[in-house]
Amino acid sequence: MNLFKLFGKKSFPHGIHPDEYKAETNAKVTRRLPFAPEMIVPLAQSIGKPAKAIVFRGQHVSRGEVIAEADGFMSVPIHAPVTGTVKEIDIAATAKGGKQPAIIISTSLSSGQRVHDLGEPQDYLAMSREEIVKAVQNTGIVGLGGAAFPTHVKMAIPPDRSIHTVLVNGCECEPFLTTDHRVMLEKIDNLILGIKIAMRCVDAPKAIIGIEDNKLNVLTAIEPYLPDDGSITIEAVETKYPQGAEKMLALSLLGIEIPSAGLPSEVGLAVFNVATLAELGALLPQHRGLVERIITITGDGVKKPGNYLAPIGTPVRFLLEFAEFIGDEAELILGGPMMGMPTRSLDVPITKGTGALLVLDKRATKQDDILPCIKCTQCLQACPINLNPSELGQLAAKRQYDVMEEQYHLNDCFECGCCSYVCPSNIPLVQYFRIAKTLNRERHLENS
Amino acid sequence: MAKSDLKIDIRTSPYIRKAPTVAQIMRNVVYALLPLVAYSVYHFGISALALILVTTFACMATEHFFCWMSHKKPTILDGSAAVTGLLLSMTLPPGFPLWMGVIAGFVAIAMGKTLFGGLGYNLFNPALVGRAFIQAAFPVSITTWTPAFAVDRFVEFIPSTLALPFMKPLPTADWSAQVAIDGFTGATPLALMKFQGIITDSYDLFIGTVAGSTGEASTLLILLCGAYLVYRKMLDWRIPVAVIIGTSLTAELFYFIDPSKYPSPAFMLLSGGLMFAAVFMASDMVASPVTPLGIFVFGCLVGFLTVIIRLFGGLTEAVMYAILFANAATPIIETYTQPRIYGARDKVKDKK
Ligand code: SF4
Ligand code: SF4
Repeated sequence: MNLFKLFGKKSFPHGIHPDEYKAETNAKVTRRLPFAPEMIVPLAQSIGKPAKAIVFRGQHVSRGEVIAEADGFMSVPIHAPVTGTVKEIDIAATAKGGKQPAIIISTSLSSGQRVHDLGEPQDYLAMSREEIVKAVQNTGIVGLGGAAFPTHVKMAIPPDRSIHTVLVNGCECEPFLTTDHRVMLEKIDNLILGIKIAMRCVDAPKAIIGIEDNKLNVLTAIEPYLPDDGSITIEAVETKYPQGAEKMLALSLLGIEIPSAGLPSEVGLAVFNVATLAELGALLPQHRGLVERIITITGDGVKKPGNYLAPIGTPVRFLLEFAEFIGDEAELILGGPMMGMPTRSLDVPITKGTGALLVLDKRATKQDDILPCIKCTQCLQACPINLNPSELGQLAAKRQYDVMEEQYHLNDCFECGCCSYVCPSNIPLVQYFRIAKTLNRERHLENS
Repeated sequence: MAKSDLKIDIRTSPYIRKAPTVAQIMRNVVYALLPLVAYSVYHFGISALALILVTTFACMATEHFFCWMSHKKPTILDGSAAVTGLLLSMTLPPGFPLWMGVIAGFVAIAMGKTLFGGLGYNLFNPALVGRAFIQAAFPVSITTWTPAFAVDRFVEFIPSTLALPFMKPLPTADWSAQVAIDGFTGATPLALMKFQGIITDSYDLFIGTVAGSTGEASTLLILLCGAYLVYRKMLDWRIPVAVIIGTSLTAELFYFIDPSKYPSPAFMLLSGGLMFAAVFMASDMVASPVTPLGIFVFGCLVGFLTVIIRLFGGLTEAVMYAILFANAATPIIETYTQPRIYGARDKVKDKK
C-alpha cells in the first residue's frame, strides 16, 4: 500500500479507471426544481426499519412537518416534502422493484411552501452527545451518498470505543455523479458546521475531508474556511473507482483497514459523506427535517443535464420532463452506473438515498454473450477487496453458494462492480454474487 | 432451492463495462505470433510455412467440427483454436510431415480442449497436449531437425514434409548434409549439450541462428512479441518472469555445484524453446492459476521442473512436460494461494 504513496498519490491497490462523464454537470450551479403536483413518499427509505405513518387521508400537511415517525432506534422519521393534502396512504412502486407503502401528497398550489420548523433553534455546543444523536435522528438524515444508512446510528459510538478521526467522504467516485462536488463548492459553511457537529458527537479530535484529485477546485475553495487550529484538514487522493467506498478511503488516507464484517469505529474511525454532513450543518441548528436533496440528472438521454435540488418524493417522470428527456430507447438508472438501481417505471419517486438519475441510451449499453471464464485474472487485479471473483463466479455457476461464503469471503464483496467491468468473458459476476448472497440469507433464515 | 436462474437477462449494475472481448484478446495473440511465423518462414522456408498453415487449419477445422457435432454455437470466431494451432505448429520441427501436423492439431483440440468442455474448461494447454501426443506417436519425426537457412528453402520442401499419410517419411540426413552451410549435425543445442557436451554460444541462441523447432529459435523476437502483448494487457507478464526466475535459480544452483558438468543459467534460458514456452505456453490463461502467489509458484515450478528434467531425464523436450505437470498442479496451487482479503482478521487474535 505504501508503495502507492511513494508515487506521491494517496490511493488503494486495485480498482478501475472508468471514463468520468462529469464535465456535463460539474460546473453547473445547482438549480431548484419546481414542486411536482403529486409527491410519493415511501415509508422505507433507509436501511433499518420503515417509518410509521402518523397522518391520515385528507389531512393537511405543511412542508417540513413530520408525517411518519421513527420506529425504534434503527429508523428515522420522514418529513413532508411539500405543503399539501395527504391524498392516500397506499403501496407504490419503488426503485427496488417491489411495491412498498408510501404517503402520497397532492401539492397545494396556493401555499408559499415555507419550511415548517420542528422547534426552537438548537445549539450543538450546548448539547450532550446523546442529545446530538437524538437531534440527528429527528432531522431524518441518512447517508446521502447512496447507502441510506441512518446517520445518527453511525454517530452513536459504543462507549468502549474511541474515535480518533472523522473521515469526510467527498470522493464521489461513481462516473457521471457530481452532487458531492457541487455541495463542496456551494455549501461550504454548512459542511464545516456539519463536520464540527459530527466531531463533537463522536468525540473525535480531528477530521479529514478526502476528495479525489479530479476536484482540486474544491481544495482551494474550502481551505479558507478550515478552522485555524488544524483540526479539520482536506486531502486529495487518486481519482479511481471505488475510492469513495469507506474501506478504500480509510486505506488511502490513513493506511488503515476496516476489519472484515466490522464497523469503522472498531479502528477508531467514523466516516460520513459530505452531502450528509452539509445537510446536517444546515438542518440541525435550525431544527428542521430533511425535505429535499441534490440529485444529478445526466446521461445522453436528457437535453438539460445538471444538478437539481429536488423535493424527496418527486417522481422520475417529473424529473425527466424537466431535464428534457429525449429519445425513446433509454435505460433509467437511479444512482451511478456502477452501483445504481435500474428502474422501468416512471412513477418511481426519488428517495433520501437517490443521488442521481441516469438516462443512458439503450443501444450504447447492449450486452454481448456470456462466455466461460478464461481465467485471465483481470477481475482479481480489479477487486479492491482482493477477492477471487473468478473462482466465486465459477462456484456460483455450480450453485455452491455455501462454499462461496465459507471459503471465498462472499460476504466481504460490497458489489462495487469492478470485476464485471473488466471481465472479457462478459460474466455478470456481481449479479451472480447478489443472487448467491440472497439465497444464502434465505438458507440461514430457514435453518435458524 | 429458491427460484433463480443465473441466465435471467435483466440488466443490473454495473451498466458500463470496458474490457476487450475474448475474441479481441485471441486476435492479438495471433498478431503477436505473426512476426514469429514470418521469422521462421525466413529461417526454414516454405516447409515451415506449409506446416504452420496446415496445423492451424487442422485445429480450426476440428473446433468447428465438434461445435457442429454437438449443435453448439460455433466458437471458431473466438480465435482460440487459431492460437492453439499456431502455438502447436511453432513447437514442431520444420521438416515435420504435414499429415502428422494434421493429427497433432486434431488431438490438441479434441483431447486437449473439447474433451474438457471447450475454452475455459481445459485443464491443460491444448497445444501442449497435441505436442505430447505427437511426441509419443512419432518419436522419430518429432526429433528430426533440419538446418536453418538452406539455400533453396523458399522453392524446395524439406523431403520429409510431403510424406504421404502413414508412410515413413524420407530420411533427411543426406539432404541436411547437402544443404547445410557448415558442419550441421542435425542436433539442437540442447541435444548437443546433453549427448555430446557441446555448449552453443549464447549469442547465437539469443539471435536465433541455430537449428530448432519452427518458432522457438529467436529469443529476441519472442521477447519483443511478448512485450507487445504485455503492453496490450493481454499477457500476464508475471508468468514468464516467474518461469525465468525458476529456471535461472535452479540452473544457477547446479552450475554453482559443478560448472564443468552443468550448463550455465544463460544457456538454459536461451535454449530449447524455453523462452517461447515461458512467454506463450506457460502463460495460457485457462490452465494457469489466477491467484497472485499461485502465478509465481506456478512459474517457478515450470522453471524448476524444466531444469531437472533436462539434466536428469532422458528427454530434451523438458519444458513441455514441465508445463503440463504444472497445469495439472494448478487447482492445488490455487487452493493454497488464495489472496489475503482487505480487512482479513487475524484468526488467532480474534479467538482470544
Ligand atoms: S475477468 Fe472474467 S474471464 Fe477473467 S478471470 Fe475474471 S471471471 Fe474469468
Ligand atoms: S463486486 Fe465484489 S468481487 Fe467484484 S470487484 Fe467489487 S468487491 Fe470484488
